[in-house]
Amino acid sequence: MPHARRPQPGPVRLAHWANVPLLALLAMSGLQILTAYPMMGPQGAPYGVYPFQGTPPPEWARLGAWLAGGRHWHFAFGWFFVLNGVFYVAWLVGSGEWRRRLFLPRRDARDALHTAAYYLRLRKEAPRQEPYNGLQRFAYTGVLMLAILEVLSGLVLYKPVQLHALTSLFGGYDPARLVHLGILALLALFTVGHVVMVALHPRTLGEMVTGGRRHE
Amino acid sequence: MSDTRDRRLLTRRAWLLGTAAVTLGACDSSRPRQGFLGAMERFNQRFQSALFDPEQLAPEEPAEALTRPGAFPQYFISDRVPLAPAGWALQVGGRVARPGVLSLEELRRMPRTDYRIRHHCVEGWSAVASWHGVRVSELAKLVGADPRARFVEFRSFDAGYYSSWDGPSAFHPQTILAYGMNGEPLPPEHGAPLRLYSGVKLGYKMVKYLTAVNFLPEPTGGYWEDRGYEWFAGV
Repeated sequence: MPHARRPQPGPVRLAHWANVPLLALLAMSGLQILTAYPMMGPQGAPYGVYPFQGTPPPEWARLGAWLAGGRHWHFAFGWFFVLNGVFYVAWLVGSGEWRRRLFLPRRDARDALHTAAYYLRLRKEAPRQEPYNGLQRFAYTGVLMLAILEVLSGLVLYKPVQLHALTSLFGGYDPARLVHLGILALLALFTVGHVVMVALHPRTLGEMVTGGRRHE
Repeated sequence: MSDTRDRRLLTRRAWLLGTAAVTLGACDSSRPRQGFLGAMERFNQRFQSALFDPEQLAPEEPAEALTRPGAFPQYFISDRVPLAPAGWALQVGGRVARPGVLSLEELRRMPRTDYRIRHHCVEGWSAVASWHGVRVSELAKLVGADPRARFVEFRSFDAGYYSSWDGPSAFHPQTILAYGMNGEPLPPEHGAPLRLYSGVKLGYKMVKYLTAVNFLPEPTGGYWEDRGYEWFAGV
């Protein structure tokens, strides 16, 4: 390595921590918007796969007080989430870090399975961590893809006619709405798993705050 | 050494907290048109107008996608279904060469536009119906609207419900004054005798129970727009 580098360089930490308030604001204002019509599927033909038809999200999980308020919060902060994502992906590509951080199936699939087996107590050896094991790469790449899909399905809901090519990719307006909510649930699930893993490996939290010790 | 580092961390934390406080203080859900949310709304309005393509049509939906009878929501702000006053006629005014009134018969004699498209409500639901009527752009031609009148205001007899539109959306080929729905005359529950319909706006922009169309040089507001909903509201 030519330079001393930290395990978590500044741009990663910046983008990572910006996501915390942005995702919270977007999730909560999104649930406020959902409250106006807590059904999935077009009028007269609700989707059978959605288990919470007609159930509004709990009040503590909402932001914006009413539909117009929720929409304004959502459309104001959505742009910052997009900006943060563009900044992070540009940095991944520009710095070459994508090779170390993204999941490349041929390189990482075996290690991801071994690591999963270790956490499920099916294997004894601890996974290697340089800087990420295969399972971490899978999770972080997966959540990046989910975020991209969340933005794209959101754009369909925002402008279903002007972006009608994108709307057709999702199979229409109402399917895109189901995807948009489904991904929110997956992102919430990821966040829970992520926080549990950080609690099990507290050193990673320090690294995400300070950057960690420089390696020669 | 660690002292300076602490101080630097502290300054950074103070700066972050300060930014958060200013940002959140400028976000008032009950007045979303002001402060930071208002500034972002103005940005979003410019973004929406720039994204708007006057050639982009809402796709025709197949007959199977039609919302089943009775499931297309009915909506009005009066307590009861508003009924057209006797001798109803549409008033056309503002910056036009030939202001006046048009009867339903006169509107029916104008070129007719038909389509079956998806309706997008601000609440998040969608529904499909077919609509027929006369394009707003045809009306503008008929009355000789001044090209400098870049906004169109639609008024109703539903307790003063109204909305104003940007010209490009109002003159879109799928923006019509509809007098028919699903092949039948427009029913009172859906805005009889005449309502605005379009493929390029959210439902609340499509004024029902029309009484007047005004071609204006300035935008006015709207029933929901005045209460904090977006004015542009394109889809």
